[in-house]
Amino acid sequence: MLRNTLLACALASSLTAAPLMAEDYAIDTQGAHAFIQFKIKHLGYSWLLGRFNEFGGDFSYDEKDPSKAKVKVTIQTASLDSNHAERDKHLRGKGFLEVKEYPQATFVSTSFTEQADGKAVLKGDFTFHGVTKPLSIDVTHVGAGNDPWGGYRRGFEGRTSFALKDFGIERDLGPASQEVELYLSVEGIRQ
Amino acid sequence: MPWKNTKTDYGWLSKSIHGLSILVVFGLFALGLWMQGFDYYHTWYRTAPYLHKSIGILLFVLTVARLIWVMSHPKPLAIAGSPRWEQRVAHIVHTALYLLLFAIMLSGYLISTADGRGIAVFNWIEIPALPWALQGQEDIAGDIHKILAFSLMGLVVLHALAALKHHFISRDRTLRRMFF
Repeated sequence: MLRNTLLACALASSLTAAPLMAEDYAIDTQGAHAFIQFKIKHLGYSWLLGRFNEFGGDFSYDEKDPSKAKVKVTIQTASLDSNHAERDKHLRGKGFLEVKEYPQATFVSTSFTEQADGKAVLKGDFTFHGVTKPLSIDVTHVGAGNDPWGGYRRGFEGRTSFALKDFGIERDLGPASQEVELYLSVEGIRQ
Repeated sequence: MPWKNTKTDYGWLSKSIHGLSILVVFGLFALGLWMQGFDYYHTWYRTAPYLHKSIGILLFVLTVARLIWVMSHPKPLAIAGSPRWEQRVAHIVHTALYLLLFAIMLSGYLISTADGRGIAVFNWIEIPALPWALQGQEDIAGDIHKILAFSLMGLVVLHALAALKHHFISRDRTLRRMFF
């Protein structure tokens, strides 16, 4: 709650500051038009899907100069939800996410390189389970335009994957389950 | 041996329930501790929690029946000459043991049912979940379950030490009248 208030204050103060170069967007978590899902193989026989219910962030994107685009996302790790309370309890606990010690995961972009067909590569520092490592996200620009309620929105989707061991998660879920895939669908409201 | 309590002794029903509860409570505590460290590929990874939950719910049923029995039938009289404070402390400890047992059972139930899933008792019946749950219920209930389980074990040690004190120091029948 306090964190949200602080975030709101920070956002408010940034709005009153000097005019910004790029267009700034706040990720629409209030209306839940943003999703962070993960996917990992179960025994190698099927996919297990889950998501993080609480996260927030913002991005800037200027169509005239996309290379200046920036993204920052903070995930509340305890909000992990795989639709099974006992499993979620395990995943939040020892050997996995250890959310009491590492309550947040963050992604802060360092570069954005646009390619053809609205595709792009977003690079940044990903901090997860107390470990910070560079992570590259394959991004697709989904669309942008006026919304029916007087606002302006822009959305991207992103895909990436990483090995759990790279971020110090030592519990072994089997040879087929070393890597987790992340899928992000993010809609921002222009501020 | 009579099945009901007499003025000097517990009946075999009380003795049996007490003895069975000892075995089940220690068994569930050990199983609960042991299964936490399981690797995902451990043969017992699924079986151990299934047994822990099934047996836990059966112990709940047994303990409710036990409490009804205890409250509706007189206990043997206090050992002649035992001080009032000792009887009072014993009564408080016994009450606390029951309260802890029920609190542990409730918190355990709230872990497994936090997502609306019921708890299967040996694929025999399913105990439904409550229609609502708190945010993060499985984590909160899990912490409580653990703390209370260790508290119960502490109190059980005290309870057993008190019985041993009666047996070896006071040399009275307190311990013997609860066992066969």
